[in-house]
Amino acid sequence: MIPTKKEWIKALNDRHGIEFQGKISSTTVAVCGLGGLGSNIAIALARAGIGKLMLIDFDKVDITNLHRQQYKASQVGIYKTEALRENLKEINPYLETEAHTVCVTEENAKELLKDCDIICEAFDNAECKAMLTNLVLEEMPDKYIVAASGMAGIGSANSIHTRKVTKKFYLCGDEVSDASDGIGLVSSRVMLCAAHQAHTVLRIIAEKYEI
Amino acid sequence: MVRINGEKLDVVGKSVADYLDSAGYDRMRVAVELNGDIVPKVLYADTIFKDGDSVEVVSFVGGG
Repeated sequence: MIPTKKEWIKALNDRHGIEFQGKISSTTVAVCGLGGLGSNIAIALARAGIGKLMLIDFDKVDITNLHRQQYKASQVGIYKTEALRENLKEINPYLETEAHTVCVTEENAKELLKDCDIICEAFDNAECKAMLTNLVLEEMPDKYIVAASGMAGIGSANSIHTRKVTKKFYLCGDEVSDASDGIGLVSSRVMLCAAHQAHTVLRIIAEKYEI
Repeated sequence: MVRINGEKLDVVGKSVADYLDSAGYDRMRVAVELNGDIVPKVLYADTIFKDGDSVEVVSFVGGG
């Protein structure tokens, strides 16, 4: 039996308090890249009752994604935007989502991200990470960016951290472990980094801006 | 002296672009913060370090 919307909201209010939940419910977050980071960030925020999630990725679910990304074997071959939207709706049927099956570029980013409050950079590629971070900081000074760098390998869980770089730029990860070195990405460590990003989003919403 | 990623360096008069190249950074993978503000990529060659500047170079690695 799926809870009614009223029951859903009450449960969240009881958990987070009406004031904090009100802030969470009125925030729009863009998740740029729906891989190991983005799919986990989206699930954490969906459970927290975020107001609206913008899900952005150009790619389809591949069998090599399943060891760390929040998709199912039955979803191989479909667009990540569609697959994640489906999975999020099962978790939180009242979540508002907006899916964009596109590649984020310097040309389309500003228009694409204009309605969100907080942007999560969750790409795989280092150049794309730097591109989006620079673009947001240079051209969208009213928005927060929560980026990630360094979460590959079997290194210590405790070396994944969050750092405030500038007033509206937070960076999560160990900042050194490249996916192209060694054994690549391991689900638990990617989840840790995604959790840092999702938690940073919730702390920004709670107006707790320091680390 | 200029403080870059916590280390005091004698790079007064050098541009951000010169410093990034000499320190071996890939310009396509970095974000540079100078005294709390981001340095736009197009200004790397024209932004000259002054005595007392505080700089943070964030260098992205792949994975997500």
